[in-house]
Amino acid sequence: MIEAINQILNGLQLGSVYALIALGYTMVYGIIRLINFAHGDVFMVGAFVAFFSTASWGLPFYIAVPLSMAVCAVLGVTIERLAYRPLRYQARIAALISAIGVSLFIEYGTSLKFVFGPNFRVVPRPFNVAQWDVGGVQFSNIQVIVLVTVVVLLTALQYMVTRTKMGKAMRAVSFDHDAARLMGINVDAIISYTFALGSALAAAGGVLYSAAYPQINPFMGIMPGLKAFTAAVLGGIGNIPGAMLGSLIMGEVDVLSAAYLSSRLRDVFSFSILILVLLIKPSGLLGKAGPEKV
Amino acid sequence: MKQKFTGGLPFVLAAAAVFFALREVLGITEIVNAYWQLILDQAMIITIASIGLSIIYGFCGQFSLGHAAFYGLGAYAAGLISKLYGHGNYGVFLLGLVAAAAFAGMVAFLIGRPILRLRSDYLGIATMGFGIIVKVLMDYSNKWIPATNGATGMTGVPQIAKFPAVFIVLLLVVLLVRNLRLSSFGRAWMAVRDDEIAADAMGVDTTRVKTLAFVLGCALAGLAGGLYAHRYPIVHPSSFDFLKSFDFLIIVVAGGLGSLSGTVVTGISWVFLLEVLRAVLGQSFIDFRGVLYALALILVIILRPKGLLSGLEWQALIPRHVPGARSAGRPAEPGADGSMKGGMPDAGA
Repeated sequence: MIEAINQILNGLQLGSVYALIALGYTMVYGIIRLINFAHGDVFMVGAFVAFFSTASWGLPFYIAVPLSMAVCAVLGVTIERLAYRPLRYQARIAALISAIGVSLFIEYGTSLKFVFGPNFRVVPRPFNVAQWDVGGVQFSNIQVIVLVTVVVLLTALQYMVTRTKMGKAMRAVSFDHDAARLMGINVDAIISYTFALGSALAAAGGVLYSAAYPQINPFMGIMPGLKAFTAAVLGGIGNIPGAMLGSLIMGEVDVLSAAYLSSRLRDVFSFSILILVLLIKPSGLLGKAGPEKV
Repeated sequence: MKQKFTGGLPFVLAAAAVFFALREVLGITEIVNAYWQLILDQAMIITIASIGLSIIYGFCGQFSLGHAAFYGLGAYAAGLISKLYGHGNYGVFLLGLVAAAAFAGMVAFLIGRPILRLRSDYLGIATMGFGIIVKVLMDYSNKWIPATNGATGMTGVPQIAKFPAVFIVLLLVVLLVRNLRLSSFGRAWMAVRDDEIAADAMGVDTTRVKTLAFVLGCALAGLAGGLYAHRYPIVHPSSFDFLKSFDFLIIVVAGGLGSLSGTVVTGISWVFLLEVLRAVLGQSFIDFRGVLYALALILVIILRPKGLLSGLEWQALIPRHVPGARSAGRPAEPGADGSMKGGMPDAGA
């Protein structure tokens, strides 16, 4: 029983990291209907920037995280500007292929020897790991930090989207580009802003992920990115609470199936659940039938 | 109004004969050495599978991201039959190819019946999930069938799929798909692609049409997999993971959705591009291959968003007066059903 609670806590930790990535997917999808396959690689870049700034340049952790978020925000906006905006008025498949190209470009580009290099690197712990034990249930300060950071970021995001002018503009653009433009909203700027926001969250996810599972390499973004995206679809893509719900389910399924069923077959369980949910509810758990909104 | 479409057939056969003869001459003069022959065979095998995806996505508009899974299922089915019972026997090889196509088609039927109710991106994600599941099961397969060797990869399949065999299969597949495309089936695919609701209203059995396209396309992927297993010394699960599915998607989209000639030309040239990059870069710059490949992909799609040969078909293959032959200007878009369009402005808006 205690063991199960420990595993559920681990699932919660993984799920909340997925949530940070999934939000970028879901916001971008909500606003331009694009599966941004390069998002998992932004997550990877975030982890690397934090790694270099703490391990090589000796910056403290509380500076490394915002720095990595800022770098990735710029990266996300650049990707959108160069690879997606020229295809804005083309069929959506063109932008999807472009996204695959960007993803490969970042992966192979960063694995060049003079960039990040192809090897696995071990991330030094940014702080001492403390392990607590409450009645047999064990948890570490890393888990606490991950959960607290995720809750803070998500609350800020939810506030931003529902309460601020920028969030209102985002929702308007996702509802109807043309009408939003007629109302005086700068659609391109809002799209850039969405990419910046999503990429910054992915960077935070990358830092937390590498603090929790301290090994990074240029291809590390593929699987978490895919899982997070799947989580966003599971919850109903384009829907922010849906992305969080989907991510928590995905994290729990990942951890619990690896712990109790088979670690080699865990992807089978997570993707089977995705297919089953889609068959029963074709637009995801919290998705509405018809166009999805942010 | 009934049109005769048979006019181009002699040209296709003549072109095939010329290509075959050219290859023979180049082969004798050693310009096409064993290495380039391997690449050519691989290009043709990839093209066969891509034609399968071209049916599913290019013609019928069903967004599938799990094509590599069916390619892999075919490779394992044919490979196992030849490895266990064939030992280089051509009859067993042919039987293996048939079994590969049938097995992939059967799995496609079972998974397609429920899953094809999904639309656009959701269908893509579900098929991608299926592809990942199949890949994991291949890694695990030695628990059930020891001969597959699981994650180490299956060896010991007789290497008897030489150039003529692969070439003939490719030619037959092109002719088969051409004829289907020109038949009423082909017109039903295009109708479903362009507007599923309208097609339904006009009396097209859309479920049946979509399932048939999916089964046929996946069977072709299985057939290509069967050839692959008989051409390359190792059948490894990692050759069939979801990244491989992107290769097929890239070929179909870069060739121009709905263009059979485009798929064939791009399929072959894309594989050659990769190998030429390897040759040009040399050992010291080989790390840049992936970067250049990705750049080429981004540039192609930005410069020709509708694909290299979109709206163009080789006349002899698909004559101009066939409905849809030159209308690929409006490519099948995920969400052609209108329900997913949401805030996306239409082209040219």
